[in-house]
Amino acid sequence: MLSIKNLHACVEDKQILNGLNLEIKAGEVHAIMGPNGSGKSTLSQVLAGNEAFDVTKGEVTFNGDNLLDLPTEERAREGLFLAFQYPVEIPGVSNLQFLRTSVNAMRKHHGIEDMNAAEFMKLAKAISKQVDLDPAFLKRGVNEGFSGGEKKRNEVMQALLLQPKLAILDETDSGLDIDALKVVADGVNALRASDRAILMITHYQRLLDHIVPDYVHVLSTGKIIKSGGPELALELEAKGYGWLGIEDQAAANHG
Amino acid sequence: MATTDEEVRELIKREYEHGFVTEIESETFEPGLNEDVIRRLSDLKQEPEFMLEWRLKAYRRWLEMDEPEWAHVDYPQVKFDDISYYSAPKRPEDMPQSLDEVDPELLKTYEKLGIPLHERAKLAGVAVDAVFDSVSVATTFKEPLEKAGVIFCPISEALQKHPELVKKYLGSVVPVADNYYAALNSAVFSDGSFVYIPKGVRCPLELSTYFRINAANTGQFERTLIIADAGSYVSYLEGCTAPMRDENQLHAAVVELVLLDDAQIKYSTVQNWYPGDETGKGGIYNFVTKRAACIGKNSKVSWTQVETGSAITWKYPSCILRGDNSVGEFYSVALTHNYQQADTGTKMIHIGKNTSSTVISKGISAGRSSNAYRGLVKFNPGAEGARNFTQCDSLLIGDRCGAHTFPYIESKNKSAIVEHEATTSKVSDEQMFLCRQRGIEPEQAVSMIVNGFCKEVFKELPMEFAVEAGKLLEVSLEGSVG
Repeated sequence: MLSIKNLHACVEDKQILNGLNLEIKAGEVHAIMGPNGSGKSTLSQVLAGNEAFDVTKGEVTFNGDNLLDLPTEERAREGLFLAFQYPVEIPGVSNLQFLRTSVNAMRKHHGIEDMNAAEFMKLAKAISKQVDLDPAFLKRGVNEGFSGGEKKRNEVMQALLLQPKLAILDETDSGLDIDALKVVADGVNALRASDRAILMITHYQRLLDHIVPDYVHVLSTGKIIKSGGPELALELEAKGYGWLGIEDQAAANHG
Repeated sequence: MATTDEEVRELIKREYEHGFVTEIESETFEPGLNEDVIRRLSDLKQEPEFMLEWRLKAYRRWLEMDEPEWAHVDYPQVKFDDISYYSAPKRPEDMPQSLDEVDPELLKTYEKLGIPLHERAKLAGVAVDAVFDSVSVATTFKEPLEKAGVIFCPISEALQKHPELVKKYLGSVVPVADNYYAALNSAVFSDGSFVYIPKGVRCPLELSTYFRINAANTGQFERTLIIADAGSYVSYLEGCTAPMRDENQLHAAVVELVLLDDAQIKYSTVQNWYPGDETGKGGIYNFVTKRAACIGKNSKVSWTQVETGSAITWKYPSCILRGDNSVGEFYSVALTHNYQQADTGTKMIHIGKNTSSTVISKGISAGRSSNAYRGLVKFNPGAEGARNFTQCDSLLIGDRCGAHTFPYIESKNKSAIVEHEATTSKVSDEQMFLCRQRGIEPEQAVSMIVNGFCKEVFKELPMEFAVEAGKLLEVSLEGSVG
């Protein structure tokens, strides 16, 4: 589904990804772990098409298409979804309006008629309950005044609503208490399907107790330096990144 | 190229939807302005003698005045002698007595504009007075209004049928020599709407006027006078469009609202005069004076405006809060794109005790445009316990536009309370990225973000206007990204 070859990327002339390779097939769940500053979030932003990052070398194909040639919105419509680490607020635009616009943009791309307001409301209410969000929040502005946990649940809710082919979750576990983590994990597990892939980016092993991945990769200085099964995450948890000879880079280079 | 003519037409239409010219025979004065022109105009309208005197007085004052230069706008001097001061659709006989007698071309124009003159009006419950170039063409729904005792007619008709009301209130809010453009308007206004709501009457319909400048080289100088007698209520809507022309056209209107005890007026405007093309060529100069006088106790006036049109907008709908406990509100969205310039805001003059005012202004700048909020909040010595809340928010799209805020506060009463909040924000890259990551087209994303920014104002608009306003922003923002 997703094939990344020798990917190099930089932001403001600072090289962050240095020849990253990764293959993800339909039905698989991959976890990327790594210390701060290793390039985890950069990878997710580059895949989603954030124009603040420049790809300097390498190629990425997504279901046979050259992903890097597609504008951000086209990637999204082709089924690439990113759950943001820090979802931005859009004041005055209701969550409901935002989500329906998004759903209808996807439907239009696939030649399906718009979903009407009533139909959408019903669907959105059902899914918001699935991630334990009060349906009243649908009327609030996008991420406006949401708590950290609500923002994360809102992101997972969007994934459930949009049913992407590839869901990239960027530190969706960070800042969550244990109950919220469970809700988010249940939501992500509900996404697991044979025709869908999930790429989780996380700093901590604890998410992987709830969402057991098929593969775990360790990222350091913009490259995958070790890959394995779920047991690799446990080993990291026990031994720390130092075990692989990686220093946890300065917190200043966050992400 | 597979592009069909129809697609081309569609594309042009999207640029400025109302940019068509209607081919109708019209009677137009030779360009130029002097006392004879004013006499001819007054004579043509069969006005009472006092009106001619009033006009001439205004004209003489205007000659002595200078064009204002303090606004944050830049344009070549208007050549007042190149403008024709009267243009009316030509008719074989007198004024049309019913819609059937109105030139079918004209009716088609209104249809294109989406004005509900026929049955649609009934469904929408809107009574429309449509001003085309200089004269009112048809006023719908006179009957239910008459039953309620409401007078809603062209001001030229009011001058003949209700001269005492016009004489009493015309110029009482905006005096003839109030400012340069108001003086010009007073001298040459050709038509406009007149509304009188009797004591204790809640106007059964929303009243609506559409203005359109059609003929080339004409100015439009309409005059609106609304009188809300004690305990009455009226909601009044105003919409404006003009064809696309390379030359600039002048629009200098005056709107006067008078509110007696416990009266309420809600005045909503969607202004979409032709803004000029993407290089800044053409467009309407919109130099307008709008003012409400809350002369009665407990009266309340709300101005709500959505301004997306005009090459230059110079407009400050104001409230004179004379009656104790009177309330003034101003809700504004002003959007500028390409080379448009807007200098707009409000004046809240607190004279009576416990008067209060609210100002919510949303300025959106895109392209190379300039958008200024200019507002005055004034508390006179007698304005015991008065208060004002002002919020001015600016939103920038791109990095070549400008937003300016000029708030003036004058307080001569220590008990007055004034709160002022101002913010400037940008449509951020992060917001755009979030929207696009969810499959939303960049232009649709900008439009959605801008609509969200304007929400507080849109919710003050009557329902059908709110929808129109949202669409208008979308059309006006086309080409603002990428």
